[in-house]
Formats: sequence, C-alpha cells, structure tokens
Amino acid sequence: MTPPLPPTKPAPSTRASAPVYGLVGNPNCGKSTLFNALTGLKQKVGNYPGVTVERKIGTAYTQHGQPLTLIDLPGTYSLAARSPDEAVTRDVLLGRRTDTAMPDRIVCVVDATNLERNLYLVHQILDLGRPVILVLNMIDVAEELGMRIDTARLEQLLGIPVIACAASSGRGVIELKLTLSRSDLPLSRHAWGVPAAIAPAVSELQASLQENDGKPPLIARAEALLLLTDRDSVRVAGSTALAPRTQEILSSWEKRWAAAGTDWAAELVNARYDSIGKLTAEVVGQDSATPVGPSVSDRIDAWVTHPVWGWAIFGTIMAAMFLSIFTLAGIPMGWIESLMGALSTWVSGLIPAGDLHDLVIDGAIAGVQGVIIFLPQIIILFFFIGLLESTGYMARAAFIMDRMMSRVGLNGRSFIPLLGSYACAIPGIMATRTIEQPKDRLVTILVAPFMSCSARLPVYLLLIAAMVPTSEVPLGTKVGLMLLMYSLGTFGAFGFAWFFKKTLLRSAPPLMIMELPPYRLPGVRDVAQQMAERAGIFVKRAGTVILGLSIVLWFLATYPKAPEGTPKEQALAHSFAGQAGHALEPVIAPLGFDWRIGIGLINSFAAREVFNSAMSVIFAVETSDDEEADAGHLRDALQAAVRTDGSKLFTPLVCLNLMVFYVFAMQCLSTVAVVKRETNSWRWPLFQLGYMTGFAWGLCLVIYQVGRVLGY
Amino acid sequence: MSELTPLSSLAVGASAVIREFPKQGVAFLRLREMGLLPGTRLTLIRTAPMGDPLEIKVRGYNLTLRKTEADHILIELNQAAAN
Repeated sequence: MTPPLPPTKPAPSTRASAPVYGLVGNPNCGKSTLFNALTGLKQKVGNYPGVTVERKIGTAYTQHGQPLTLIDLPGTYSLAARSPDEAVTRDVLLGRRTDTAMPDRIVCVVDATNLERNLYLVHQILDLGRPVILVLNMIDVAEELGMRIDTARLEQLLGIPVIACAASSGRGVIELKLTLSRSDLPLSRHAWGVPAAIAPAVSELQASLQENDGKPPLIARAEALLLLTDRDSVRVAGSTALAPRTQEILSSWEKRWAAAGTDWAAELVNARYDSIGKLTAEVVGQDSATPVGPSVSDRIDAWVTHPVWGWAIFGTIMAAMFLSIFTLAGIPMGWIESLMGALSTWVSGLIPAGDLHDLVIDGAIAGVQGVIIFLPQIIILFFFIGLLESTGYMARAAFIMDRMMSRVGLNGRSFIPLLGSYACAIPGIMATRTIEQPKDRLVTILVAPFMSCSARLPVYLLLIAAMVPTSEVPLGTKVGLMLLMYSLGTFGAFGFAWFFKKTLLRSAPPLMIMELPPYRLPGVRDVAQQMAERAGIFVKRAGTVILGLSIVLWFLATYPKAPEGTPKEQALAHSFAGQAGHALEPVIAPLGFDWRIGIGLINSFAAREVFNSAMSVIFAVETSDDEEADAGHLRDALQAAVRTDGSKLFTPLVCLNLMVFYVFAMQCLSTVAVVKRETNSWRWPLFQLGYMTGFAWGLCLVIYQVGRVLGY
Repeated sequence: MSELTPLSSLAVGASAVIREFPKQGVAFLRLREMGLLPGTRLTLIRTAPMGDPLEIKVRGYNLTLRKTEADHILIELNQAAAN
C-alpha cells in the first residue's frame, strides 16, 4: 500500500540554540490543554504585529531540564486559511511572517477519536518537509469508545514519532517531552500521489517559488500545493506577498483548468483524503463491543438543542452568569476596597501632608483601586466563558443562536464576542477574530461596545441609587431599571448590526460551518489559566490606561490651585477639569447635563467607571474605610446637588438620561485603541466614536426634551 | 442509481451518500476539507431549535452547516448504492 520510501534524513542534530516548536491542530483537539500541560505558567501572550491574532509562546522543559520554545498557533482545520487566525498559522508555518521565525519543528495535535478529519491538516503539514511529532490526544476517550489505534503502525507508515496522549490527565506528556528533546527527529517518509492533471502546475509553481520568492525546495512545494486550494484569499498584515511571476503562473493555470473543466481544488482534497483513508484503514480498528445507539453527547444534545428545553437551558445558563457577576463579585470587591483603604491609611501616616501626599493617596492608590476593582467581574465572566468552551456548550450556544443572529445578517459566531462584551468590549472585540468574513467581523466590532460592559455597571448602580430616592423602593424597581439599560444596549447592537449589514457593509450572509465537539468535563486548569490570562491582559492593557488617566484626572482636578481656603467645589471649577466641563456645557445643556456632569463625561473617556470617582471629587465626598457608607455619601451628595437656580441637578429624568447616554455613547479610549489595532486604520474607530456618541446625543436630546414637556 | 435530492430535504435521523458537490465557493471548499466528499455517507442528526442550521454526522463527528449550503449538496438516499 505504501509507496516506495525515500531515504530518511535526520534533521541537523547540532543547533546553536534550542529548537523552536510550532504547536498546531484542529479546533477542539485539546491543543491548548496540551500547551498548558507542557508549559505550565511559563507563557507569554501578545499579539502578532499588525493583526490582532493572539500570539502565545511558552517555555517547556525537557526531562533533562533543557528549555524549549513552543509557539501555540491558532487552531485550524486546514492550511487553506479562511480567517485572519488561520492565516497566521499558515504564514508562520510557511515562514512568510517577518516578525516570527519559522518553527524548526512541528507538533501536530490530533483528536484520536476523529482521526480521519484531523489527519487532513497533518497531511498538509507533512508536506512542509520539517520534523513533525504527531500527538494522538484524547486517546483515553478513543479507548472508551472501543477504538484501537495502532500507533506503532502509524509511526511506521508516516516515519515520524507518534505519541498517544491524554493531555487532560497528563498521560503521555512525559513521553512527548522526551521526544521533544530528541536531537535526531526524522523527516516523514510519507508520500502521496498528486493528481496527474495538477502535478505539472505544482512543479512550475514550486520552481517559481524557489526562484522568485526565495523559498527552500520543500517549503516551495508545500506552498505550491496550498496555493491551489487556498488561492491566497486571506492575507493579513505582516506576511510577505508572493512574487508577481508566481501569481501569474497561478492564474494562468487556473484559467487553463477552468476552461478544461478540471476541478483542481477538489481533486487535491480528494487525493489527500484517499491517502488518509489508506492510512486509517490500516491503523484504526474498532472493538466488537462498540457502544450502539446515540452517544452520551447526542443524548445531552437532545435536551440542549430542544426547541423548548434548549431555550430554557440557554436562558438559565445566561441568567446564572449574569447573576454571578452581579452578586458574587461583590464579595471580593469588598475585600479589595478594605485592603486598599488600609493601605491608604498606612501610607497616609508615612508621608507628611502636601502635594506628594495627595498624589500618592488620591492619585496613585485610588487609581490602582479603580483598576483592580474590576478583576472579580472579569474573572467570573471568563470563568463562565472558559467553562462553556471547555465543556463544549459554547458551540451549542452558537448553534442555537445562529438563526437569530442571521436575522441581522451575522452568524452564531458573533454571539460569543457580543456576549463577552457584556464584561468588557476589549476582550469581546478581540474575540471577533474567529469570525471568518472581514465585513461580518467589522460589523460585530462596530456594535460590540453597545453591550453594557462591567465598567458601566458602577455608573448604573450609582445613578439608580441617586434616581430612586430611598431604600424603601422595592428591589424589583432597581433590578428592572438595570435590565432596561442592558436591554437597550442589546437592542441597539442588533439594530445597528442589521442596519450596517443592509447599508455600509453589505455582504453575503456568513457561513456556519463548525464542529459540535462531544461534551467533555471541564478542564479546571485550562479554565483557571484562561481566567488568570484575561485578568492579566486587562490589568496590563486597560489597567495602565485607567491608572495613568486617573492620575492625570487628579492633576487636572487639583491644578491650577485656587487660593487657600476656597471651598472644594469652587476650587474644582477653577481647575483645568472645571474649565473643560464649562466649555462642554453648551453642547450637553439640552440633554439636561451641566458642567459638572460634563467633567464626569470627559473623564469617562479613561474608562466609564471613572465617572463615579470624578463625581466624588466634584462633590467633595469624604472617603473612608467603609465602602457602603462611601457609596451612600456619594449618592446623598448627588441627590443634594443643585443647579445655580437652586433646582435639583440629578432629577430622575437626568439620571435616566445620563444612563441612556452611557448605554450608547462610545466613551472608552481603550476600546478605540483596540478597534484601531483590529481594523488597522483610524477610519473605523473614529467612525465608531462618531456614530455611537452622535446617536447617544440625539436620543438623549429627545428623551430630555420630551420628558420636560411631560413635566418630569 | 436513485434520484438525487438536496441535503436540506433529508429527514432527521436519515442517512444518505453525497453524490454531487458545487465546484466553486469558499464554503464548499471548506466542507470538502472537513471530509464531505462525493461518496461520503452522512446522517442528519437534527436541526437547530429555529429550524436552521443543520447538524450532521459525518466521518464520526458532528458538523453544522446552514440550509443555504445544504441546498446545493446533492445526496442519494438509496443506501445500497453506497460503497
């Protein structure tokens, strides 16, 4: 069955530095679990320059303690890329990226229960002519299903190390580490027949890629084969373009085949599957005691995707997530506040009163608290997201939601980024990179910030407290107001998504080709690692901005200083921030907002929740160790605030209007920065800033003016 | 050879063999790469609560695709013709 084998050449055994491994595999094959098992906490998460595809690099140690570098490449079913993520995987493996060195060796992770489809990617990767280690992950599940995989035979047929592994329990990980540290990894001997009609084109393209694009022979052959199925349709920043001559050859062959009726891409895919079919026929066996009837996953899905129960389960899970963020997060948030309060008191005793004292206490410590106070909510949200992804429910959520999302022209995949945006638009927008079609991705990015993020939550809480006069009002009213704000944002997002798909970003409805993986028990370590990673990203990327701006804010609200003995509110009016608020007043007065609210709005660009601390400063609220008392004081101060004519400033109408403004306006510089990076231009973030804030202004104008006429 | 019908007309729980497949289109290339080829047997597992997308079992795994794609994949119900 096997074609004659070319002589095996070992890879160079002497290297200046430790080899770099690329880790690749299909989505849902357990690649991330394996990456975590190999590298532990030695991971660095960054971005590929120019594209916001996450770059994860980790260090693993061999059994002899030698460090190895592992690049965790985005999961894909094929090297024929359909999304920016997949394009990065392809480009790194082909050595097309200038920012990332081509990995010396490749670890291919496959789902052992689903060998045939997983081997398609392996088949493409073997063409690259670099040492490959094949990891048959989830071998335990395959065994439970009665599958017998002859790894020794597979090793023999492919001529590369094949390791049976169960990353979730650690089985096979040591064996893999031993193999990773081998200096003599062989090249694959596996050969397959390129269809006769296509072979001449492959040779011609290979020659051109070697000559005009400077590629080494084996890479050139792999790239030539890939170009015929991929057609280089998804290009991302940072990857080097093909030489014009190579492109000419490609299009001339395509024309020739089109005229002859040759379906070249299909022939290549068929030839690969033929070759894979021969491999699996020899290697995979099935015990006679095969479980008959629907699998456990199928039985669970009968409920989870049921027309009635499916929605009930979906609703319950979403509600549980929502309520946990609302209530559970309050406990650690209280700890953070008392801890920071204690720190503040302690530092206060060390520094004599004066400018430095104020900078440290009111600027720096208050700013740090403003950052870490959000960690509990973010961690809880990513706990749920991690749990849903790890168990396989996330794919079902997309499956259930797809029809609804397609009503507004998006697909089920947009659901996850939008859901994530309830915690923070930044990770939500970053999660859009799995959306294949660029226009759908852009639409999702444009509407994601309408989802009420956790930074709006404290603003809503404060304004609801200020709006509803006493604690005698039933809790239901407050919850109802909160849900109203979340619903407004959600409807806004879907409405604008529909509008953009009809007008500005008109395109065909996106695809929904996705695997529904079997349900699995959640990997505790993976979930925990993701929570820690997201928290870290938040602190580094958003936290630094919030901290920096809260110090700037403190400075702007303190300087230039008014003469000694001036009341605080007048001192603020005298400051830079007061002057800016005054300048903004004519624009926001028709919405019922005065210059003090204007200062809050300006400061919110740092992060929306800064509104609360700005209000504390403006209304000179004394802060103490008691968080609840502080919140109460701030609420009382807002309720007591009056306009120059003596009328109440924070009337229920103004509070409501201000909340509506916070729902729709784009007030987050961190989001603007992320959108700039995602879309690679200033055009879209500026457009987003304009349309969202413009819409918010217009809507609030109507609400306030109508509300006034109605006598509120 | 029995008559060819679109995949979207397959009854839930029924199996069939793929016979014809559109040549062009990003969706169809990806479906091929995921193992849907002429001659491949599949089973329609269910439809989503709102009737679309579809969930099929193919080569031992579960895959979703929309009706708009399923309309263009022609299948043969006569299972004796397979293999």
